[in-house]
Amino acid sequence: MISKDYLITAAEGIHARPATTLIRLVKHFKSAVILRKGDKSIRLNSILNILTFGAKGGDTVTVIVEGEDEVAAAASIDKFFKEELKQL
Amino acid sequence: MDNLNYKSGVAEIKGVGASPGIAIGNAFRFRKEVVRATELKLSDDSEVKREIEKFDAAVNISVRDVKQVIERDSSLNREVVDVLESHLEFITDPQLRSDVVSRITDHKMFAIDSVVKVIELTTVAFNDLDSDYMRARAADVQDIGERILRNLSYSYSGKLEINENSILIAEDISPSDTIALDLSKVMGFATQLGSRTSHTAILARSKNIPAVLGCGEILASVNDGDLLIVDGLNGIVHVNPPAHLLRYYRERKEAHERQADALKSLRHHLAVTADGRQIKLLANISSADDLEDSFEYGAMGAGLFRTEMLFMNRTSFPSEQRQFECYKQVGVKSRGKEVTIRTMDIGGDKPLDYFEIPREDNPFLGYRGVRISLDRRDVFITQLRAILRASIFGNFRIMFPMISGLEELLAAKSMVEEAKSQLKTEQLEFDRQIPLGIMIEVPSAAIVADILAPEADFFSIGTNDLCQYTLAVDRGNEKIKSLYEPLNPAVLRLISFVIDAARQNNIDVGMCGEFAADPKSTLLLIGMGLHEFSMSASSIPRVKNVILNHTEAKAREIWRNVKTMRRTDSIIKYLEALI
Repeated sequence: MISKDYLITAAEGIHARPATTLIRLVKHFKSAVILRKGDKSIRLNSILNILTFGAKGGDTVTVIVEGEDEVAAAASIDKFFKEELKQL
Repeated sequence: MDNLNYKSGVAEIKGVGASPGIAIGNAFRFRKEVVRATELKLSDDSEVKREIEKFDAAVNISVRDVKQVIERDSSLNREVVDVLESHLEFITDPQLRSDVVSRITDHKMFAIDSVVKVIELTTVAFNDLDSDYMRARAADVQDIGERILRNLSYSYSGKLEINENSILIAEDISPSDTIALDLSKVMGFATQLGSRTSHTAILARSKNIPAVLGCGEILASVNDGDLLIVDGLNGIVHVNPPAHLLRYYRERKEAHERQADALKSLRHHLAVTADGRQIKLLANISSADDLEDSFEYGAMGAGLFRTEMLFMNRTSFPSEQRQFECYKQVGVKSRGKEVTIRTMDIGGDKPLDYFEIPREDNPFLGYRGVRISLDRRDVFITQLRAILRASIFGNFRIMFPMISGLEELLAAKSMVEEAKSQLKTEQLEFDRQIPLGIMIEVPSAAIVADILAPEADFFSIGTNDLCQYTLAVDRGNEKIKSLYEPLNPAVLRLISFVIDAARQNNIDVGMCGEFAADPKSTLLLIGMGLHEFSMSASSIPRVKNVILNHTEAKAREIWRNVKTMRRTDSIIKYLEALI
């Protein structure tokens, strides 16, 4: 299991467009990916859940990756949060 | 329109002209099929299994439909594609499926009922969230829900049958609806809701379908089959027009189409007068896509890039990175041509959701344009940094709106210096020679143009505001809008003075208001010494046509004559007779 915290730097949080990208990215892997903020957590496979999750700019979220390809999955997600999210 | 005598009582509906052109056809009301829950229960487990299979099949068909639209329709622009891509994720959402399946299994509900219920609950949940953005997404959920339902119901039979020559009227049209519609038979759109930036507007423009949106409730009174004229330029829908009006519009439509073909072929010619004066014709744009379109019309670059779109439909100010990406894209697509970026020009009349401007009695005389930028230095610096960083990708100029005097110009310039020195410290690249100029749209700035010119690299005359401030006429006010006329001698004197001041100081001067796109005024402006015109791209060929067929000598003579005229109506008459 890999767990990592991210500060959402994109002011508008995770909106429909980045959410679409993120879900498609996670689908490439077998690992289960969980997004957690405070006591709320969701599976990172549902755009409905991501949007209602309501991660805003400035929030810190925890991403938990578990499964056989968790290292690769976590690296890919890491790139998304650090580089791609703010450009989407 | 001016030579037209309206009979009173002709039904004329006003809306927003969201896609130009004229369409004449019969009203075809687009009714969404509303599927209601049946409340029936499934009787056994085999039915449960069958309903789940039906749901999965409907999802698959829906996915296929959306993918086909994205793949087959290359005319859709980026925004529409992004929306449809996200719809694919909504349709296949595992949470949606598990909610639907649990209703089928646990509550023995039909698939249709389950989807209706789940979509209803989800829409309510989205609407309850405290954000305009999320409430807008509720519409997306509704849209994909309807799509799945259409594919679940037996009655659904593929594309909606539309009669030839239809003007589609609807409350609103969603991206999905357009899939169910055979757009080849749709001559025009008229909707109750919507604005220039709504999905329907974007679609209509990308398909060249004339559209008038935001017509309001009154559109509901139009009957199927009514004869309609959609005037997408002026934002008017005529219902069952009298013969003379119909004839007038038919002629205009034909002339318009003939001319559009002929004029578009002019795009490879430079705009040069018959005696050799080259005139720069530029486009007013709001995005990189607009810029690409403008080259089709022969634009030599963009004389006005409005950055407001970047700030609208959001929940917070766009980040530097976000803005940088946008400006960079414009630079990349600019083919080395000059692009003049106007810094944020917002105000009380076009407020942003996330930036409260206290209610003002006179928003046009209020907190707006560069006045906001100089007050919210953080926001301004962010934008300037983004523009400067992107400047290495194109040939940019920076322009400040609403400058009313020297102090504001100097303050804005010092902010650019501040942004530049930040970037130098961070060792980030930018165009060190980037020209800084101003809009001349406030009368006080026009009157002291000779004081401003030595401090600016260029002027761009914004005639819309200059005219309304000079004449004290709000052209949105129906009662007095006829007083709004840039050919008023007072406005012409100001314009001429600004051009002279710029030329005496050897700086560039252009014009970016609607006046620049008026063919009857083209020669007059050239006669005043104006050599740079920026307008909506589709107007370029018409203006170019005037330039190609006349001389600069003639243009000078026209201005000499107009200068002696004392009445606005004589000036208009004189210019109309020339063309």
